[in-house]
Amino acid sequence: MTTRTASSLWQFRQPSVIPGFGLALGVTLSWLILIILIPLSGLAWRSSALGWSTFWTLATDQRTINALRISFGTAFLAALINVVFGVILAWVLVRYRFPGKRVIDAMVDLPFALPTAVAGIALTTLYAPNGWIGSLLSPLGIKIAFTPIGIVFALVFVGLPFVVRTVQPIMEEIDKEVEEAAATLGANRFQTISRVLLPGLAPAVLTGFALAFARGVGEYGSVIFIAGNLPYVSEIAPLLIVIRLEEFNYPAATAIAAVMLVISFAMLLIINTIQAWSRRRYGYGA
Amino acid sequence: MAHDGTTSGTGNTELVRVATSEHRLARYTLIGLALCFVALFLVLPLAAVFTEALRNGPGEFFVVLTDPETFSAIELTLLVAVIAVPLNLVFGIAAAWAIAKFEFKGKAFLTTLIDLPFSVSPVISGLVFVLLFGSHSLLGPWLQHHGIQILFAVPGIVLATVFVTFPFVARELIPLMQEQGTSDEEAALSLGASGWQTFWHVTLPNIKWGLLYGVLLCNARAMGEFGAVSVVSGHIRGLTNTMPLQVEILYNEYNFVAAFAVATLLALLALVTLVLKSLLEMKYSEQIAASRRH
Repeated sequence: MTTRTASSLWQFRQPSVIPGFGLALGVTLSWLILIILIPLSGLAWRSSALGWSTFWTLATDQRTINALRISFGTAFLAALINVVFGVILAWVLVRYRFPGKRVIDAMVDLPFALPTAVAGIALTTLYAPNGWIGSLLSPLGIKIAFTPIGIVFALVFVGLPFVVRTVQPIMEEIDKEVEEAAATLGANRFQTISRVLLPGLAPAVLTGFALAFARGVGEYGSVIFIAGNLPYVSEIAPLLIVIRLEEFNYPAATAIAAVMLVISFAMLLIINTIQAWSRRRYGYGA
Repeated sequence: MAHDGTTSGTGNTELVRVATSEHRLARYTLIGLALCFVALFLVLPLAAVFTEALRNGPGEFFVVLTDPETFSAIELTLLVAVIAVPLNLVFGIAAAWAIAKFEFKGKAFLTTLIDLPFSVSPVISGLVFVLLFGSHSLLGPWLQHHGIQILFAVPGIVLATVFVTFPFVARELIPLMQEQGTSDEEAALSLGASGWQTFWHVTLPNIKWGLLYGVLLCNARAMGEFGAVSVVSGHIRGLTNTMPLQVEILYNEYNFVAAFAVATLLALLALVTLVLKSLLEMKYSEQIAASRRH
């Protein structure tokens, strides 16, 4: 904005004739600080004010540990399932032609658009023991709703578009020549796909996995209806936060939230590192 | 003879197709798997919403929808979206302008911070505002003394919704504007246009479909947000219940038909969002593709 900063040795920004940098950055930073950073740092401050020993006692409470284990475990499993079916779905949508393809392509985004509470009650209606699908499974002794499997089902629903939508555009960019080269060099179709195409998709698949996983860990609305919410068994961490809040047990709620945030940020960091590595190793441009 | 209808070319193209395509059986298996998965996880839940709502016929369905509590939930949901979406729209444009049109230190970090709400649980997004404004917080007593109600009232619901929908518009616009570069704006400026003129007449027309796309997604999330709003709303019937919260309350009261009736409205909103989204993608793919590639 001022000429002095632009001409100084350490340049905050490169000179440009486009106006409005100060205004745009000012609006962005103030909004970011007001809406995101102050509230989040409030959480950090409140959990540090608990003191380490209190924090540790609250965080290692058996019910909390079980809830965290269920949240991260089911989210991990759901993200894995989504990687398998998401890649198949993206492949089918990119490579094949079949009736109704356009509708299915649009439907993939349904979990983004459908409010989670609606998804929750709908899935429960389907998979409850007396529900549409649940009633077919219960004579076989398979129970989905009101068990941890129900949580996984809800999280599969919620996470599906993340995988499809990150993998699909990269798949569209795959150069046909790579496959042709593999084929002329004597690879059969299975080898071409598993050794040539899929490794190149790894960074995108990993991104999709990370997004679906992060979303699944924090998911609340779609899960609470189908989970049954049995403490120690099918109670997710976000629900335990809500329960602690309703008991006015703010320190416990804060501690669980802090642990959740730290674990998810650490995992995203690890995944980002692996991703940067695999992008250098394989990657299609991206 | 072995042609399966989709390939009616010469023997030569047939050979090429075989080399870079799967066996027909594998193809059908994969399509079948994908269709079953979509049916099980996407189509059936949607069908369940409408079937359950109309279980006792359309009469009861419409009785529920004209209930005053339902009506006030619809009103509140619309009000929250009308406040939250424009706020994040202005923020999104400002953030995209700063990030896409300029090179400055810490840009990557800023982009990461903007995406932060995506990796925060909705419940935690609500919790942070309870910790900030609750009666036991630093601000709590001061707010109470001045009679300002944020939690368990509309301002808290709006704040939580803004938090959750924060990245939507910015995320859509940043890659789009980055791909468009700055040459159009530079041309306008060199021809004597002012900064605002350049924005209104050059940049905005360039990004309008991407912008609409972002607003669409932002709105769907704003109207459908459940976890964050549930924590800050206090569930006061007829006062601080949005539509998703009303669905929960009715469902937990075993009033399933009513719960699903309100849910159909939200499902219709989702369907309209999807149709508009697909239309935008079809008609203005080159403008939206930029953001989908990232």
